[in-house]
Amino acid sequence: MLWTLIRTHLRPYAGAVSAVVVLQFAATVTSLYLPSLNGQIIDKGVAQGDTGFILRTGGIMLAVTLVNILATVGVARGAAAASAGVARDLRGEVFETVGDFSAQEVSRFGAATLISRNTNDVQQVQQVLNMGLMFMVSIPIMMVGGIIMALREDLGLSWLVAVAVPLLGVIVGFVVSRMLPWFRKMQESVDAVNRVLREQITGIRVVRAFVREPFEEARFDEANRTYTGTALAVGRLFALVFPLVMLVFNVSSVAVLWFGSHRVDSGDMQVGALTAFMTYLIQILMSVMMGVMMSMMIPRASVSAGRIDEVLATRPSVVETPAPVALPGQATGAKAASGQRLDVAFQDVVFAYPGADVPVLQGISFTAQPGEVTAIVGSTGAGKTTLVDLVPRLYDVTGGSVRLGGVDVRDVALDDLWDRIGLVPQKPFLFSGTVASNLRYGDPDATDEALWAALRVAQADDFVRAMPGELEAEISQGGGNVSGGQRQRLAIARALVRRPEIYLFDDSFSALDVATDARLRAALKPWTADAVVLVVAQRVSSIIDADRIIVLEDGKVVGSGRHTDLLATCTEYAEIVASQAVREEAA
Amino acid sequence: MSDRILSEEEKAAQARRGPAGGAQRGGPPHMRMGQPTEKSITFVPSAKRLLGLMAPDKVTVWVALGFALVSVVLNALGPRILGHATDLIFSGLFSKRIPPGVTQAQAVAKLRAAGQDRLADMLAAMDHVRPGLGVDFGAVGRVLLLALGLYAVASLLSYVQTRIIVRVVNAAVYRLRRDVEAKLGRLPLSYFDTQPRGELLSRVTNDIDNIAQSLQQTLSQLLTSILTVIAMLTMMFWVSPLLAIIALVTIPVSVGITAVIGKRSQAHFVQQWASTGQVNSIVEETFSGHGLVKVFGQRAALGRRFREVNEELRDSSFGAQFISGLIMPMMMFVGNLNYVIIAVVGGLRVASGSMSIGDVQAFIQYSRQFTQPLTQVASMANLMQSGVASAERVFDVLDAEEQVPDPVAAASLVDPHGLVAFENVSFSYTPDKPLIEDLNLSVRPGQTVAIVGPTGAGKTTLVNLIMRFYEVNSGRITIDGVDITDLTRDDLRGHIGMVLQDTWLFAGTIRDNIAYGRPDATEAEILEAARATYVDRFVHSLPDGYDTLLDSEASNISAGEKQLVTIARAFVSDPALLILDEATSSVDTRTELLVQHAMRALRADRTSFVIAHRLSTIRDADLILVMEDGRIVEHGSHAELLERGGAFARLYAAQFAGAATD
Repeated sequence: MLWTLIRTHLRPYAGAVSAVVVLQFAATVTSLYLPSLNGQIIDKGVAQGDTGFILRTGGIMLAVTLVNILATVGVARGAAAASAGVARDLRGEVFETVGDFSAQEVSRFGAATLISRNTNDVQQVQQVLNMGLMFMVSIPIMMVGGIIMALREDLGLSWLVAVAVPLLGVIVGFVVSRMLPWFRKMQESVDAVNRVLREQITGIRVVRAFVREPFEEARFDEANRTYTGTALAVGRLFALVFPLVMLVFNVSSVAVLWFGSHRVDSGDMQVGALTAFMTYLIQILMSVMMGVMMSMMIPRASVSAGRIDEVLATRPSVVETPAPVALPGQATGAKAASGQRLDVAFQDVVFAYPGADVPVLQGISFTAQPGEVTAIVGSTGAGKTTLVDLVPRLYDVTGGSVRLGGVDVRDVALDDLWDRIGLVPQKPFLFSGTVASNLRYGDPDATDEALWAALRVAQADDFVRAMPGELEAEISQGGGNVSGGQRQRLAIARALVRRPEIYLFDDSFSALDVATDARLRAALKPWTADAVVLVVAQRVSSIIDADRIIVLEDGKVVGSGRHTDLLATCTEYAEIVASQAVREEAA
Repeated sequence: MSDRILSEEEKAAQARRGPAGGAQRGGPPHMRMGQPTEKSITFVPSAKRLLGLMAPDKVTVWVALGFALVSVVLNALGPRILGHATDLIFSGLFSKRIPPGVTQAQAVAKLRAAGQDRLADMLAAMDHVRPGLGVDFGAVGRVLLLALGLYAVASLLSYVQTRIIVRVVNAAVYRLRRDVEAKLGRLPLSYFDTQPRGELLSRVTNDIDNIAQSLQQTLSQLLTSILTVIAMLTMMFWVSPLLAIIALVTIPVSVGITAVIGKRSQAHFVQQWASTGQVNSIVEETFSGHGLVKVFGQRAALGRRFREVNEELRDSSFGAQFISGLIMPMMMFVGNLNYVIIAVVGGLRVASGSMSIGDVQAFIQYSRQFTQPLTQVASMANLMQSGVASAERVFDVLDAEEQVPDPVAAASLVDPHGLVAFENVSFSYTPDKPLIEDLNLSVRPGQTVAIVGPTGAGKTTLVNLIMRFYEVNSGRITIDGVDITDLTRDDLRGHIGMVLQDTWLFAGTIRDNIAYGRPDATEAEILEAARATYVDRFVHSLPDGYDTLLDSEASNISAGEKQLVTIARAFVSDPALLILDEATSSVDTRTELLVQHAMRALRADRTSFVIAHRLSTIRDADLILVMEDGRIVEHGSHAELLERGGAFARLYAAQFAGAATD
């Protein structure tokens, strides 16, 4: 997974990668050449007392060192360029892919994980790619080169390489493979400790109210002990690594000297070659160890690569039609004041999540006329929000159709469709920026007067006027710096600025007190006079004067009509009304 | 609610660790070079206090240090001994060339006569020359066996040392976690209100993790590294003072290079984090407001902004990676330079007979082993700073002012009747903003008291004072005539059941969550509570019934069902006093009706305080308190208050204005 992802995305950086490989080769060869030169100093210079040779060879060593550093800098540069580039491309790809997602894919993944896949997971891949290019590439070169050089120094000692390398590989590999499963346990136990703490802090009032500190303490202690036990196990294994590695290195050196001494004595080998051989063996062993250590990074990055790939491989369930039909009438804005008006018709609509046995919506048919308010009520989970989301194709119907002015929404260009719609979602999300920039989401060309007019209707002008900077007042991400009710009213104003032909209010009045709710609805009436207005509501008082009320129960329409008719004919509606005690209070 | 908390926490963690925080953890030390270091004036005292966490294991730590020292010294002796072996081989080689019977002195003289002065010098300096015999394998073998023994002991000691440190550090972190958790229990509630939750969570989780990491790495590696540097230097001076001085020159060079690169890469890292932050926030905004972005046609605009910052991030992360990636090669370069100089100078010295070849070989090994720990020490300084910065943030929590301790000779309430009185109670969260002033109130046992009023009027504060979540500034609150500050908090709260706005449930089964109200509740009592509060009805539709596990966000049951479980939880605790701080705006009205019935069952025969938002739900209260600005502006029964036409009547009219317009 990791490999495929990296390979396909490295293609544009083939130049940088080949440069890395070539330079890495140069860097490795030069660093391998140094011990050999040193050996020559000993054998030809020192042993024969040739000072000139020593100085000349020293000069060559200096030059080799310079080439080495230049090559290594080049490697670092190429690796950084390729990995940063791949990371950028991956981020861009994930961002665009998610942009194409429908609400269905977004909710299947969850926004939070999509965000971390787009950022943290890409970071992981970038890191491992960079390390890989910096070090991994050099490991095989170092191994092969080291072996060749060692053999060149002395063939008779080569069996030592054949023993030491697998020995180290097996020892380090054994410890590391024993550690890997512990890493996951470690993460789990850290998560467990942190989860208990999080629960204690978020639930502090409940914990104290029910005098459950001792219980919580015991619960925490258990998690803490488990964690400590795991950390100890990992630590103990880890404690083995370096002493063992050092031991292998040192024993190898001793072995080279012992067996080498016999070959020197018999005249098969020179002393300088012996020293060089020792250095090569250490270098080879170092690269084996680096390789094993590096490979510990791979599982984690593989998980990340898998998570990225999952996003990239997901195809959106809502796709724009290749041959769009134009919607009758004109788009939003003042222009829309004249021309044909769209109606919104649900025709036998069915919607089910993939794999679910029971559809969320079933057999929904009604038409919302322009100039009318169509309300949708029903208990939580009845499918109200899903129904509204079908209009802007945040989801696509799985049966039947939603039609605007007679045209199936799936046959319309998405921009054309969205241009006609003003959506106020259940969670009134605001974007970072200013009040004005948020309102102009609806219409980039809206004048300040138009913004104020919308704010007045949304009953938001008073508090916006009280904010520092008024229209230019800062809004933090998500709208965290204004209250829930204010956020809701700004979201309403944002849709109003658009002056669309279809308004979708998804439970947009719940955070308002009843009086504000009433004023807002009164002001809304002339503003939306010619438009289709679909309102999802909890509070009966908000929709009591709607032209048509659709009562949803378990995804089916169980009643449709005006308030007074429904009271008499629809038991579910009567129950909702009774539960809110509106009837007797209002009478 | 919970996802907001999580993201705050994550943001706080990210801000501190940098975006690559998680990734950097496992990486080798040099990768941490760019970590943001929070310089602090209190570094030394904090570092001392951090080390003080290991005080109970002081002796063990010293033992470990002793082991580390011995292990380093033995390791340092190794190359010297191996060098000696090389010398033996080398002299064996010369010995072979000298015909048997000729002494070393004769051979030297012969060489001088032949004009081979250099070889003569070398031979003269050699010991263990055995003319005509070649390499003395017995001697070589003895030397190598000695080296082998030293290495084995050194490795063993190093292993034992690391194990000890691992145990000590983990024990210290265990205690730190335990202390912090216990501290959380002693902190006043006001502390949790004033601290952003994400920030506090981050301190007790991420910061402690970070402390564990840095203690682990610094203690076992930093010490070994420093000791190794010292040992190697000593050995180098022992072998050859001249070469040692040459090698020493590389220290300032290495330190200089590390500092310069570190500084430059730091700037790139700062830029990288800034860009990462921007990318994150655009991604977060776009994905969280996914549907809106599309419907409002903003995708293209956000895409442009994303591409801009994505490009910036590429540039800065390229810079950061490149520059920080230079440290290793640069250090290697310095090491190689060192190597070349030693090889040449050493070669010349051997040729002149003032140094043996084994010494040069040993020296090269020493100088190699000397630069590597030096780099480690440099990078570990960063790690230490980050660890100490985390420690300071944790110590802040540990040092925060605690709530007033419980009285030593506490009174106790036995089967209270539930007579609650407020006597001249005043309270404010902040001294400059008085909230409740001179409040007097008396509630008879069994009465239901409803508290209404606009947001911020002090309704929740009033009940929080009864729970002693906050302490009154003056006046007193009594239950059955006993001042609640004369009771232990546990005793007091044990008599009060509470249903909060916040429907907090812990990750466990529904049964466990109900039993949370009273740990010793029997199965029958739990079932009775569940039936009385309508939990039983929905539990049967769940796949595992009462054993259904609620996940951390309890997203597998609805908000209304969660509320019912919290009511069952209060029911099972069978309190004398009941506080219902209801929040049912997220619950649909038919479920709310169930909740109301459940609460009514719970209120029977207990003194109850009910905070109500929907006025229709409190008509049967014995007493209604209307609060405004921390004062009780009206009190009486529903009918009385309506008749009076005051604040309550106005609230009532406003609430039903919507319905009345029809």
